[in-house]
Amino acid sequence: MTRPRTLYAKIWETHLIDERSDGSCLLWIDRHVLNEGTSIQAFDSLREAGLTIERREMHLAVADHAVPTDERGGPLPAGTRSDRILQLERNCTEFGIPHIPYLSTRQGICHVIAPEQGFVLPGMVAVCGDSHTATLGAMGALGFGIGTSEIEQVLATGTLIQQPSKTMAVEINGILGDGINAKDVILHLIGVIGAAGGTGYAIEYRGSAIEAMSIEARMTLSNMSVEAGARVGMIAPDEQLIQWLHGRALTPRGAEWDEAVAYWRTLPTDPGATFDRIVQIKAADIAPQVTWGTSPEHVVAVGAAVPDPESFADPTRAAAAARALAYQGLQPGTPIQAIAIDRVFIGSCTNARLSDLRAAANVVRGRHLASHVEGFVVPGSTRIRRDAEEEGLDRVFIEAGFEWRHSGCSMCGGAETAPPGTRIAATSNRNFEHRQGRDVRTHLVSPAMAAAAGIAGHFVDIRQFGKGRA
Amino acid sequence: MSEPLTIVEGIAAPLPLKNVDTDIIWPGLPGLSLRRGDQARNAFARLRFDPEGAERPDFILNQLPWREAKILVAGSNFGCGSSREMAVWGLVEWGMRCVIAPSFGDIFFNNACLNGLLPVILPENAVEAILATITDPERSVLKVDLVAMRVTGSGFNLPFMLDEHRRRCLLHGLNETGATLQQIETVRSFGKSYADRFPWTRIEGEKIA
Ligand code: SF4
Repeated sequence: MTRPRTLYAKIWETHLIDERSDGSCLLWIDRHVLNEGTSIQAFDSLREAGLTIERREMHLAVADHAVPTDERGGPLPAGTRSDRILQLERNCTEFGIPHIPYLSTRQGICHVIAPEQGFVLPGMVAVCGDSHTATLGAMGALGFGIGTSEIEQVLATGTLIQQPSKTMAVEINGILGDGINAKDVILHLIGVIGAAGGTGYAIEYRGSAIEAMSIEARMTLSNMSVEAGARVGMIAPDEQLIQWLHGRALTPRGAEWDEAVAYWRTLPTDPGATFDRIVQIKAADIAPQVTWGTSPEHVVAVGAAVPDPESFADPTRAAAAARALAYQGLQPGTPIQAIAIDRVFIGSCTNARLSDLRAAANVVRGRHLASHVEGFVVPGSTRIRRDAEEEGLDRVFIEAGFEWRHSGCSMCGGAETAPPGTRIAATSNRNFEHRQGRDVRTHLVSPAMAAAAGIAGHFVDIRQFGKGRA
Repeated sequence: MSEPLTIVEGIAAPLPLKNVDTDIIWPGLPGLSLRRGDQARNAFARLRFDPEGAERPDFILNQLPWREAKILVAGSNFGCGSSREMAVWGLVEWGMRCVIAPSFGDIFFNNACLNGLLPVILPENAVEAILATITDPERSVLKVDLVAMRVTGSGFNLPFMLDEHRRRCLLHGLNETGATLQQIETVRSFGKSYADRFPWTRIEGEKIA
């Protein structure tokens, strides 16, 4: 009888090429996604060392971080951002790496298009020079972000030297309340375990609430594992995922598909397998979440108030909270729903898939942004933008006063910013100081909560929003 | 390749903040070069400089003796957030060789070891004691010894741990690409049996883009 193993251990073991006496492991990498933000120096290093690409077809490059989202079609405007996009293209041509051009209908945020194209499949190890590669864990894959030195190693060898992580099971059982989104689930979890709670761990999300989640929602969840400190956040492949993958552009066909599916069904964690840590959360306990500070762990339920830094027992947490409130321009004790916003940003690899846009559109349909609020909708990929337009979601947003943008990282990654002091209800993943522009104040929320805040002009509880109206 | 590191001895600067993310360490400001060698000025740029580019005198790392620091001591979860390796390059090019904290962001920790920046994990109470000590300019010198695996300063001498692989990377300034290329035949024969086991993982280049 074989020892019961976790999903993580199964994938790790099939990819293990060599284990050295110092405890480091050489891992086979199946897929590597590149963007224009972190790969430039890796290509420079290859060039300097006279190295070539070991396995070209395992890579896929796309520009997302720097692409302008206000207009698309004409030539790129001159400047550093365009230089990065063009440099990625030149590097890919020179080294023979598959590349999705900036104007392609397949362009999009790297972590959105990799699943959308069927580039990353269950049981694979997939990497990208971006921390939110954890998103790919929703494909039943082991996905993690890497640095530029590691990009160089993957390009030159198709492998990486890694060390195994500890494993953490996050079990969420029960039924999520109405209006509660995967974003609320992950923010709630970060509130419970802290922004460093997952450090050193690979998280596996399990339980009936996870099984009931759509694949897109699972990506929101695994995406923000990073904000919980974990490099990896996985969900076991199931029949829903297999159906979701079927027929996507880069998935296997015919007999190979059947063989793959048979293998994927063996991947879920075996009964009796053990984790280094288990965190249990009741789905019914999760309310809509809003962050108040500058770390994702600075989060409360929408019905609560901004906490008093002095209420934290730990002095370093209290100091961090005081600093965060000063940055955010908030007073302790202010009810979350009394915080007025200037802008709504619906976008990013966390929450800009079709279901996210639908959720936001359902809130704004037939309504209009508050007079002092600007709104931006930035689809996660060019295909999502097109699909949304086919459903008429673009018109819903435009009529409600939103700008309907082209796909890219936009106001998530800092390439497109808001004026100093702007307060944003954002569906992205980081509320760090200056992340969305100098002195910009970010509050992380779900797409429906962001949309409702835009209409009301301040945060509102989505569960009560619009009640009593036709 | 990075410069080999055995002992770091010098001024240590206190930065008693939790969750110092890589956006703080290396802000993604418009117009920046992403290349190695260009990153020193952007290390902690928003804390070091005002919007006009003048030094902020109240920031500890702009003050003597700490502006000469080779070692940074910070709160937990240092380097959380983005994978940007520029955060490590910026610190190293600016003169840092070691960061001491109760915990680090996983990707930052790894990037640091590949670039000659030693991340030292010490318990929270030890870090707090060190922070208090080095805030006194007279007691701000620390010695971090990667051979003996000890941090010494005014009135303390503490052991730390680091896995053997990362320790070797730092001691010798090792490049993992070079080391792996020496094993490339093993990698290729693994690849053959892997493709036999999982033929559906193959992908045809023309199909991709
Ligand atoms: S959308 Fe934001 S978090 Fe996602 S890849 Fe782009 S910059 Fe990173």
